[in-house]
Amino acid sequence: MELTTVWFVLIGVLWIGYFVLEGFDFGVGVLLPILGRDNVDRRIMINAIGPVWDGNEVWLLVAGGATFAAFPEWYATLFSGFYLPLLLILLALIIRGVAFEFRGKHDSDRWRRGWDRAIFWGSLLPAFLWGVAFANIVAGVPINAQHIYTGNLFTLLNPYALLGGLVTLGLFLLHGAVFLSLKTGGDLRARARALALRTSPAVVAVAAAFLVITQIMHGKPLTWATTALAAGALIGGVVAAVRGREGWAFTGTAVTIVLATATLFLDLWPNVMPSSTSPLYSLTVTNAASSPYTLTVMTWVAAIFTPVVLGYQAWTYWVFRKRLTRTPIAQ
Amino acid sequence: MDVLDLSRWQFGITTVYHFIFVPLTIGMALLVASMQTAWHISGNETYLRMTKFFGKLFLINFAMGVVTGIVQEFQFGMNWSDYSRFVGDIFGAPLAMEGLLAFFLESTFLGLWIFGWNRLPPRLHLATIWLAAVGTTLSAYFILAANSWMQHPVGYRINPETNRAELTDIWAVLTNSTTLVTFPHVLFGAFITAAGFLIGVSAWHLARGREVPLFRKAMRIGLAVSLASGIAVAATGDLQARLMTEQQPMKMAAAEALYETSAPASFSLFTLGTPDGSEELWSLRVPNVLSFMATGDLNGSVEGINDLQKEYVAKYGPGDYRPSIPVTYWTFRLMIGFGALASLLALVGLWLTRKGRTPGSRWFYRAALAAMALPFLANAAGWIFTEMGRQPWSVYGVLRTAASVSPGVNVPTVAISLAAFTIVYAVLAVITAIIMARHVKAGPPDLTAQKEAADPTIPALTY
Repeated sequence: MELTTVWFVLIGVLWIGYFVLEGFDFGVGVLLPILGRDNVDRRIMINAIGPVWDGNEVWLLVAGGATFAAFPEWYATLFSGFYLPLLLILLALIIRGVAFEFRGKHDSDRWRRGWDRAIFWGSLLPAFLWGVAFANIVAGVPINAQHIYTGNLFTLLNPYALLGGLVTLGLFLLHGAVFLSLKTGGDLRARARALALRTSPAVVAVAAAFLVITQIMHGKPLTWATTALAAGALIGGVVAAVRGREGWAFTGTAVTIVLATATLFLDLWPNVMPSSTSPLYSLTVTNAASSPYTLTVMTWVAAIFTPVVLGYQAWTYWVFRKRLTRTPIAQ
Repeated sequence: MDVLDLSRWQFGITTVYHFIFVPLTIGMALLVASMQTAWHISGNETYLRMTKFFGKLFLINFAMGVVTGIVQEFQFGMNWSDYSRFVGDIFGAPLAMEGLLAFFLESTFLGLWIFGWNRLPPRLHLATIWLAAVGTTLSAYFILAANSWMQHPVGYRINPETNRAELTDIWAVLTNSTTLVTFPHVLFGAFITAAGFLIGVSAWHLARGREVPLFRKAMRIGLAVSLASGIAVAATGDLQARLMTEQQPMKMAAAEALYETSAPASFSLFTLGTPDGSEELWSLRVPNVLSFMATGDLNGSVEGINDLQKEYVAKYGPGDYRPSIPVTYWTFRLMIGFGALASLLALVGLWLTRKGRTPGSRWFYRAALAAMALPFLANAAGWIFTEMGRQPWSVYGVLRTAASVSPGVNVPTVAISLAAFTIVYAVLAVITAIIMARHVKAGPPDLTAQKEAADPTIPALTY
């Protein structure tokens, strides 16, 4: 396999990892004011993602850094082109990150409610905007011969992209609700499950609509398979949730996110950012890539250290595998 | 203001702000890990309470470092897309390595440390804070390797077909002479910052006679680390100055406001120049000192700004190759001055606390509290100096800052982001300061109360 292909796959894997992991902590953040009836509930919810959310977010930083190293043109065009949505995402992540840390540092209901609101918006905005961004990447945006994005903010807010935003928001919300039903106990667990069931028809409908449109507009024969499998995993996850099989339900939503993201990357290949101005101006895995030497060096680094990272992150999830319940935290 | 000016202001503000928290994180991670180790070995609960107290302050600071760091990962693409296209082949590599090797390590193991107090065996729990500390230090190394390449590009070639810089030797980049002296310089600067924090916080409590044994100990740790690191910072700074004279002679000349090439060159204590920075009006100088700083020889020749400007025009074509002389000149002096003051305070403090003594004088406590700001100011001045002194280049001798900015981004867009970051950062600075001050005042936790509340089914009372 060519190194440019390896790195295209690796960057796809990093985004998949980011969406699967941060997906559920975004979901929990959005659900915080919805499912958390009192401060104890909300603390349980935040504690459920407490040990891992920061590590989850690093997947984004590494996806950014890896894109810079392996496909500098892609990094430059994407982030200068999607400047304002990215700014919103960054501000949301800043406020959300400090909110987790600051919320418990002062004993006042008003103080905590303020930070809860920050967690809600700080989770909702990126969950929505990442979908908008990826739908635009797959659909193509105006890019000129110099690889410079020539549209504006409103170019990015087209119906297809907004639908993409609803899909990521919906999937992450469902993923988060299922995660909470898996990681908490008692009433909160029951409410999380009920919410997952209530929202699942809408999420399934929006996700199916988006994936079918994507398949028709930008699909390849192979992506019929991943699209179908993604839909199957989502429905399987919902069925598992109905039956109260929480582990399987979470596996279902996780696999859905994996396959849906993989579908988008497969649709994209061999482009990394198609130009809607002219196919000649599209950024591809070839014309956006770093030199073979850099890709070789980075491949060695990734091959050695990715398994190590996966190992200790998995171990963290193992350490904090127990359910969080109401009794001890209320003390 | 055009896109270039606004982008430079934004990069300056977000980076200097980010670097308020970074050195404190690096230094505190190591100090907190050492405190926990001291508890682990001695079983002395004073060290455990110290670990928990300073650990909490460390975490508040760490959160700010993390969230402001996210911006750093993306703004090269947002505001400096032509830079990213030109150097991504080289510059992206240490950034990606930083993410994979350092960020994952620090964030994952810090999560384990925060929530693992009652869950992990003590020895393993101690290992988590050390691994997080290793992560923060590694992160500093990689980002300094990236920055050093901008100061002194090595291990690359310009591809004539694409007109881009390409990596030819990763070891040359990772063992760049500039990196090897900058890394310890920044690292020891971070230790001074964290040590100054320990000294100031301890002084506040000692002045009120609270928790004297604990804070006397913490203060002694801070004082010793501060003084030792102060010496190390001066030593590495000296090496840096010589390297800089060789690699970026214009920066050294600007740092000294040395207009004409001199042998021997005198060190300027105070220089007033014309507003455009082309001529000296009046100065107070110490003979031979600059020659020694720059070359290691009391009579060594140091090139002046005007000669270098002529040399550069001949080499790179017409243009102004002088950085802002007042900015480089003053930030260089402020960096050294603030750093020296911090070391002086450490020396005085060590004397006042010798052989089990506790300083009785109020003035020392007040000075120690005020001196918490010194390392932060020195760090900021140092970075402003090294980045502004490199101008007009973003990659020295290879790429100009003016040619680095994003061509597709317009003035209103950057104005919005500049305003948004500045406002959000300012508000967060106030909130962080209030929370920090509140936790400092609350003092170390009562362990017996904590033990009763501890329950294995909940990870921590963190949130």
